[in-house]
Amino acid sequence: MSQLAPGLPHFLVVGAVLFALGTYTVVTRTNAVGILMGVELILNAANVNFVAFDRFNPSPHLSGQVFSLFVIVLAAAEAAVALAIVLAVYLNTKTIDVTEADTLRE
Amino acid sequence: MKTVAGYATVIVMTAALFAELTMLVPGLHWGPSEGPLLTVGDAVFYLLASVAMVSAVLVAFSKSILYSAIALLGALLGAGGLYVLLRADFVAVTQLLIYIGGVLVLILFAVMLTSRIGQASATNPATSVVAGLVLLAALGAVLGFAAAEAPWKGAAHPLELEATAERIGDLFLGHYLVAFEVISLLLLATLVGAVVVARKEIKE
Repeated sequence: MSQLAPGLPHFLVVGAVLFALGTYTVVTRTNAVGILMGVELILNAANVNFVAFDRFNPSPHLSGQVFSLFVIVLAAAEAAVALAIVLAVYLNTKTIDVTEADTLRE
Repeated sequence: MKTVAGYATVIVMTAALFAELTMLVPGLHWGPSEGPLLTVGDAVFYLLASVAMVSAVLVAFSKSILYSAIALLGALLGAGGLYVLLRADFVAVTQLLIYIGGVLVLILFAVMLTSRIGQASATNPATSVVAGLVLLAALGAVLGFAAAEAPWKGAAHPLELEATAERIGDLFLGHYLVAFEVISLLLLATLVGAVVVARKEIKE
């Protein structure tokens, strides 16, 4: 059996780093679009893991790749709706700072 | 030009550092022990991985939302390159078409529409940076340690440069048919929903 030199852990480490950075972005950003970028990073980390696990599965059946395709489609849908919401908030409040969009709290 | 050169330098240095760290962690020794220390495949992996990771760092820490958006391009491209390396050609092309061609352009549109690009230095403020850094370090350490040290059983199966699109299509219209139909409904709902949310109401 041929062994690919960068093994499964290498790809998982990349996924872990992307996930941690995405979480940091989501937690610290106050710009709504910036938070969305963090979510995209997290979803990409999950995708890297899915595809890597699929590649290194002893019995090959591409399910991991199918899952990653579902994730990509869901990310596109999520981005479209989230940006529509961002635009609606911007039209109403003239800002997309998430700390200032607190009308419902008052 | 200077920025691009600095970016490239940082990427190459990160790749070298990552490769060096890999040599130190015993759990990451996967390749055959004999042979050259660093093959072309390894070098490509480390380069792509560091493109993704350095760009992700820029997304997380850049002060300008526009720089973050451009850096997101690098992160998505790096991940797409990793998919090619993992023999997932269809997923890689989908990543290129949908993420980079669709989602990223959408994000850039939102950036242009909602922020004043003139004051580019403070368009992407961050709060509670210290707590975020603690979380980043903890998450990275725990997940990275688990990924590197867990006794993974898998091995690369000898799937040599086979086109995956046909088998993925079979899976979509066979085993995952219900999920496929549901996701097409969801896309329709998203399309309508996004238009309804973003439209301007015209009062009579």
